[in-house]
Amino acid sequence: MEKFDAIVVGAGPSGNAAAYTLAKAGLSVIQIERGEYPGSKNVQGAILYSDALERIIPEFRDEAPLERHIIEQRMWVLDDDSYIGTHYRSDAFNQVPYNRYTILRTQFDKWFSEKVSQAGAMVICETTVTDLIMDGQRVVGVRTDRENGDVFADIVILADGVNSLLAKKAGFHPELNPGDVALAVKEILFLPQETLESRFNVKEGEGVVIEMIGKITQGLMGTGFLYTNNESLTIGVGCMLSDFKEARIPPYLMLEMMKNHPAIKPLIEGGEMKEYTAHLIPEGGLKAMPQVYGDGWMIVGDSGMFVNAVHREGSNLAMTTGRLAAETVLELKQAGKDMSKSNLAAYRTRLDDSFVMKDLSKYKDMPGIFHANPQFFTTYPELVNNAAKTMLTVDGVDKKSKEREILKSFTSSRSLLGLMGDAYKMWRALR
Amino acid sequence: MNVNVEEKLFQNRYKVDHGRPHISIINPAVCSAECKTQQCTQVCPANCYKAEGNGSVSLITDGCLECGTCRIICDDFRNVDWDYPRGGYGILFKFG
Repeated sequence: MEKFDAIVVGAGPSGNAAAYTLAKAGLSVIQIERGEYPGSKNVQGAILYSDALERIIPEFRDEAPLERHIIEQRMWVLDDDSYIGTHYRSDAFNQVPYNRYTILRTQFDKWFSEKVSQAGAMVICETTVTDLIMDGQRVVGVRTDRENGDVFADIVILADGVNSLLAKKAGFHPELNPGDVALAVKEILFLPQETLESRFNVKEGEGVVIEMIGKITQGLMGTGFLYTNNESLTIGVGCMLSDFKEARIPPYLMLEMMKNHPAIKPLIEGGEMKEYTAHLIPEGGLKAMPQVYGDGWMIVGDSGMFVNAVHREGSNLAMTTGRLAAETVLELKQAGKDMSKSNLAAYRTRLDDSFVMKDLSKYKDMPGIFHANPQFFTTYPELVNNAAKTMLTVDGVDKKSKEREILKSFTSSRSLLGLMGDAYKMWRALR
Repeated sequence: MNVNVEEKLFQNRYKVDHGRPHISIINPAVCSAECKTQQCTQVCPANCYKAEGNGSVSLITDGCLECGTCRIICDDFRNVDWDYPRGGYGILFKFG
């Protein structure tokens, strides 16, 4: 019976970060992936934040398949037939080293996985881990759907994604709550490179992201996005599952209506759709986070709810938690300590000291506030769009009267007290 | 607006594990007799669940995107048995 230092379940960003860090330090690592090839089961927007990967593979820019570096970020608040927003574009984002890139996950994950293999890990694909093997309270290995497929190790790192079936089956945490996950659907639309670049006012290699909020989610708590890749656009929309459940709106219908929004339609016109995907995003934040370590096991990435929903960050938290889990293992190995729950508490300390837990703590109240206050997704987008329309329409009405009209529209739909309350809630949640 | 999700799914690549669906409805009688909302028939992004005329819910997993939505939104009855497909089977994303 073969025994490894570590088993890593899953070959997404968190699993790859963990497996790479462990293997590079000389540990015997087996990584098990259920897809035909690494990346074939993985879905993301997708934006890659350089910093998290740079701390693992400093030279990644020379090798990794990257689409466009982002030089402009647009934030749109949409009403039914309009949007108001901010665009931030800076030449500073056009200087190396670039801060973020669009990527296509299947290509990127394949590259990352090759790095893991080169570092010395054994990467096994087309193999689903079905259960954790326990010795009393301690995880000692995993069972796979291969014949004689039991594998053993000192530590099992669960990087098995948002559904986190393994830890659930083992009783480490309960089923996900529909209020703690968002369902996102997206399409990839191919366009000639020149068309894309002129439409978004960028040169080769430069990219734009548009994050959207408002009527496109039809009153549900969620956001939309449009990202530029080399020769394609990624367009998607995501809302909390609890809201989808209640409203019973087909997500593909929501996406189709978003694609037909008068502000969005011209940007994607002529795009050839080549893939339609859906994915859950764990957005419950700190309050929904499960126990992420125990005797012989650790959880990294989406499986541990490591997503900063407010800033649309996930893959960087995934890579960082994967790296920190691996560094915890290396430290314990070096000190000759075992992988007991009490020793693995060092993982939690590393998480607490990093931006991961600091950011999740900062925004711990946000999911609850957005849940309880749907006006942020409906009333306000409508009000600010109408305010812009009123001020920008030249029709002989004096500006003072227009201001009064706008103020009245705000107080009548949200009352002065409601407005102040909302401002206070946001301030409390964001400070 | 009418959207044909089957047309979208047609663009995707699958390796279907014939005769071994990875998701099943635990007790079909619960869907027809007890579940009034049948949200799976609306919210599944691949439209795998269909509300039949006789009040029952049918499930065909061939187009499944393996997201997990159906399992999590069935929180009133926990009537979905959900597992990953066997290694190598199911959706195979081209771009992700």
